[in-house]
Amino acid sequence: MTDYTVELDNLVKYFGRRLIFNGINFSFSAQNIYGISGPNGSGKSTLVKIIANLISPTRGKVIHKNNLKEVEPVKLHNHIGFVAPYLFLYDEFTAEENLLHFSNIRGISFDKERSDYLLNELKLIDRKNDLVRGYSSGMKQRLKFIFALLHQPKLIILDEPTSNLDNPGKEKFYELIKKEAKNNLVIIASNEDSDIALCS
Amino acid sequence: MKTFSLFKKDWQSELRTRYAINALAMFILVTISVIMFSIGSEKITEYLTGGLLWVVIFFSAMSGLSRAFVSEEERGTTMTLHLIASPSTIFSGKLIFNLLLVFLMNFVITFLFSVLFSSFIIKNFALFAIAFLFGNIGIAISSTIIAAIISKASSKGTLYPVLSFPILLPLILTLLELTKFAMDGNSIGSSLVEIAVLVCYDVIMLTASYLLFDFIWEE
Repeated sequence: MTDYTVELDNLVKYFGRRLIFNGINFSFSAQNIYGISGPNGSGKSTLVKIIANLISPTRGKVIHKNNLKEVEPVKLHNHIGFVAPYLFLYDEFTAEENLLHFSNIRGISFDKERSDYLLNELKLIDRKNDLVRGYSSGMKQRLKFIFALLHQPKLIILDEPTSNLDNPGKEKFYELIKKEAKNNLVIIASNEDSDIALCS
Repeated sequence: MKTFSLFKKDWQSELRTRYAINALAMFILVTISVIMFSIGSEKITEYLTGGLLWVVIFFSAMSGLSRAFVSEEERGTTMTLHLIASPSTIFSGKLIFNLLLVFLMNFVITFLFSVLFSSFIIKNFALFAIAFLFGNIGIAISSTIIAAIISKASSKGTLYPVLSFPILLPLILTLLELTKFAMDGNSIGSSLVEIAVLVCYDVIMLTASYLLFDFIWEE
């Protein structure tokens, strides 16, 4: 069982002179789904980007621990799965090529069985050899889930995860996330009631 | 291995999108044509062709080598890279990609110069090869780190040559000197100081780039 924790220690973020948030202290632990909700511009995406080490806080720090050992920032990407509307995959590659490249660049062997399982679950298996350029926005969103889950991360961060998804897509996403949350830590930033309803 | 995988991804992507190759090829074609039209039937000196060679190489590098990072920024895939690789892997992968582009580009430019300009005569080929090798490595390293710096700026096209000029100037001046020596037929032994400057430039730029890249890559 995973023992992955994330501690936010007095986080402060400014963009220029504009204060986004001030003095956030919180602790996230595995086997839970946490929700971050708030009006547009309240800093939800900024907070999850800081947690994922994509941007730096102005002050304070984020401590990731895996089995009580602090994770080095340069190795953090191996533990994180991230989905967001502002995340883009490579349009000039097929879905499978994207996943293959991502695995190789991470330095892990491409798990074709897991890739096919996820592609099948998210109804992309028949289109896996098509260029991503030809995908609809909903299909791209499904592919981002596969990108986030393929390497079996311990921390899954989802920013507006169900944007562009149809109802069957949302249902499948909820099912997968509930399954992942049995072992891992899931953080969702969203204003969708059905997304927040997943939180434990 | 991770570095090579990133390079492979970039190369495969380049072959499909022709993002940098087309820009480089067009620039080489246009600049050499302009030089040929402006010279007309005039006979130009050996030294001038040597100087023009590095001018074309410098500006061609300015037109195509920033793409390694700029294309990621323009396509919005920078964050994806953040999520799959460490900064050192990203820099190394992009550097290998730019090294390959620089060598391909400079082989083509040098070949065209030797075919099109009768006064472009290298008497000491080994010396020119040494200058070519270390010069290309220096151009690739500098271009890669500057591309990373400017990729998030709004006026990338202007900023890239402006930032590159002072950084590449010592390299270009040394390369001009070595090309002149190679045209004169000087021995490698008599050009050791210039060769040492080239090697030192490459080592300093590579070390500084790896040290700086973490800070540049962090938003």
